[in-house]
Amino acid sequence: MAFSIKVNGNAHEVDVDGDTPLLWVLRDVLGMTGTKFGCGMALCGACTVHIDGVATRSCITPIDSIGKSQVTTIEAIGATPAGARIQKAWLDHEVVQCGYCQSGQIMSASALLASKPHPTDADIDDAMSGNICRCGTYTRIRQAIKLAAEPNARGG
Amino acid sequence: MTFNQISPSAVSHNFSRRNFLVTSAALGGGLVLGLNLPFGRSEAASSDNFTPNAFIRIGNDGQVVLTMPYVEMGQGTYTSIPMLIAEELEVSLKQVRLEHAPPNEKLYANPLLGVQATGNSNAMRGGWKPLREAGATARTMLVSAAAKRWGVDPKTCRAEDGEVIHDPTKQRLNYGVLAGEAATMPIPTNVALKSPAEFKLIGTPVRRLDAPAKVNGTAVYGIDVRPRGVKIATLAQSPVFGGRVRSVDETAAKTIKGVRQVVRLDDAVAVVADHMGAAKKGLAALRIEWDEGPHAKLATDAIASDLEHATLGTGAVAQNIGDADKAMADAATRVEAIYQVPFLAHATMEPMNCTVDLRKDECEIWIGNQALARVQAMAAKAADLPPEKVIVHNHLIGGGFGRRLEADGAIRAVEIARQVEGPVKVVWTREEDIQHDMYRPYWLDRISAGLDQRGRPVAWKNRFAGSSVVARWLPPGFKDGLDPDSTEGAIDLVYDLPNFHVEFVRAEPPGIPTAFWRSVGPSHNVFVTESFMDEMAAAAKQDPVAYRRALLDKSPRARAVLDLAAEKAGWGQALPKGSGRGVSLQFVFGSYMAQVAEVEVSKEGTVRVRRVICAIDCGTVVNPNTVQAQIQSGIIFGATAALYGEITLKNGRVEQTNFDSYQMIRMNEAPSIEVYVVKSSEPPGGMGETGTSAIVPAIANAIYAATGKRLRKMPVDSNILKQAA
Repeated sequence: MAFSIKVNGNAHEVDVDGDTPLLWVLRDVLGMTGTKFGCGMALCGACTVHIDGVATRSCITPIDSIGKSQVTTIEAIGATPAGARIQKAWLDHEVVQCGYCQSGQIMSASALLASKPHPTDADIDDAMSGNICRCGTYTRIRQAIKLAAEPNARGG
Repeated sequence: MTFNQISPSAVSHNFSRRNFLVTSAALGGGLVLGLNLPFGRSEAASSDNFTPNAFIRIGNDGQVVLTMPYVEMGQGTYTSIPMLIAEELEVSLKQVRLEHAPPNEKLYANPLLGVQATGNSNAMRGGWKPLREAGATARTMLVSAAAKRWGVDPKTCRAEDGEVIHDPTKQRLNYGVLAGEAATMPIPTNVALKSPAEFKLIGTPVRRLDAPAKVNGTAVYGIDVRPRGVKIATLAQSPVFGGRVRSVDETAAKTIKGVRQVVRLDDAVAVVADHMGAAKKGLAALRIEWDEGPHAKLATDAIASDLEHATLGTGAVAQNIGDADKAMADAATRVEAIYQVPFLAHATMEPMNCTVDLRKDECEIWIGNQALARVQAMAAKAADLPPEKVIVHNHLIGGGFGRRLEADGAIRAVEIARQVEGPVKVVWTREEDIQHDMYRPYWLDRISAGLDQRGRPVAWKNRFAGSSVVARWLPPGFKDGLDPDSTEGAIDLVYDLPNFHVEFVRAEPPGIPTAFWRSVGPSHNVFVTESFMDEMAAAAKQDPVAYRRALLDKSPRARAVLDLAAEKAGWGQALPKGSGRGVSLQFVFGSYMAQVAEVEVSKEGTVRVRRVICAIDCGTVVNPNTVQAQIQSGIIFGATAALYGEITLKNGRVEQTNFDSYQMIRMNEAPSIEVYVVKSSEPPGGMGETGTSAIVPAIANAIYAATGKRLRKMPVDSNILKQAA
């Protein structure tokens, strides 16, 4: 059946089974390929999006569970203050390598920063340990989050 | 730094095919093959662009396009390679646009590998001289064109920031204006390269050119391509290697919304759908019966046992110095051990995928792959087309680690596309990706050493058995029972070892495909040799650093990194009970590296790697940013393998399926990593893999220091350590 979802402020009608994961609606139906597929079981975090501001694994989120909630993806996260700060810190700290997991990392980090402007190391562990990076960029991710959290951080 | 989206190459088959490579196929660190520089003028050269060689194109609008002979999979090659060219071409990186090279073995082969492939940490080693020469050649021709126009001596002109300048008359011309004339200038045969003191870019921490697109979701990986009308397919390959499809009941799958087609192959079944959600649901609804074939009872233990048996025979002699047998017989003390490393999956974050549009007389492929010409050749075979009818578009790679040196994914996609109307993107599930990887080989070593009265080594013998990836991947590279990859790190140690004998027994595991894996041969050899060196130090009752240091009189670069790592780590200072430090030292991929790992072992036997100190001498550093990043990356990759990495087989099936059973180090477990670089003006060494091989023995040695337990088999078995607590 057809579902109506709101992604990055835009309404879309999609005609798929209700149990179709949001990830595939974004990537294959709407053509928004910034959100990545990594595991399909919420084990790696590559598919992380925000649903009403909460970091959510889109690979296990059925389309019929979204209702009127707002979906935000990597394509639009730069329009939020936390997202813009995180993206800038990622660039300033040269975080990315292959980059494939970084959409998910940035979405998790942006949600963290939006809810906790000054995260501790333990907060970072909690928020980020669901996101695997096979290139091992963890050291720089941690530094970048701290950089983005500094009161004088530019951007945003 | 602005960065234009990386484009597939606009010029694919137009380059001149004269001259180029003189190679014998070979793989490996020390081998440098003859290279006639591919500076043939493009057949597409015209008055509106200047294409002095296969790497540079300058349009009359001044746009500088650099074609990347190596692929970007995170290692930063799309920044460091442009730095080499731009340094000599005298353009700023802001002025360049990058293109992925098309498949063309003649133009884009790595001079060290002899084939068009990105691997073995040798993009920088291979490109260091020829790519700077490519830039210098183009600059020389642009300067000649300007001098001719001005009627001045080219020697009185200089190039800077995309312009040729004649200081005496204060004239200057943009490269774009000169492009047409430069194309008619003679190609210089010898160009002088800058001395290190003249470098503007090389050695500076240039920001990655690919980063902006990777933080906003616009970077395009192979899995992201969407040709018009593309369908999505996912597949199930025979769960037992070598098995076949016996029957498929597709009734239920066909009723699922979005499922278009079920494709049956000899040894796999695919479901083609409108989107991956439907394809996966369709695949789950299939009822497939498999003919499991000859490997239905295969188990890891039997493979290990076969390898152990193989090391009792004789192998091909990979290295022989002095008389190890005699020295062993005369030794005061003998140390013996058997070491083992497991099969490993690559688990790239981007699962295997390939998109194919197979038309009547032509095949178009979209993929991210480390060996494009291989993809083209093998896809052509699968499509039953001549290679020139197969167009391959390369893309950014979401993790390579050797997995994408293989073309199996492309072959599969073509096989499926043969039965599908229009373009189809074949995406593997994570489970399929792990269970049908091509694995880092299982290796087993029977190693021994003889020590004299003072504990100093007088004899070293090692016979190891396992798969030769080179023998399959590049058959001419396997000669007389040996290949340069399997033995790298086993035969060329930094230490002064007078009587030294190493043999390799090629023993292929039945049915299981093996492949290169980050740090390849050294991923195994450095673990064995550096753990064993620690055992020898222990047998000699000496400190592991001091013991190694005494054997390094002939290797000052190795001694310097060892000293630096030990100093920065506070080697010798006390640690709490249950913690320990371990050291490793290696010279592989052309770089010297020492690491000290600090681990903490809990009473339950759980190992935490707290801190890693790494000292590196990789010769000239092209981009310090990349060097640091690659070491951090390599260490996490190797530590993940040491703590968790193991692919096991039962009843012919891989037992691991996803990131729950094939675990990765995550943020909360990541050690702090400190990297110290020794200044050097030697040519650059490889950096992509060296951190991986060095960390594994450093961790094992640290565990020994913490617990007194010597782990001779990877990964870490906490049950062994639990008993020790």
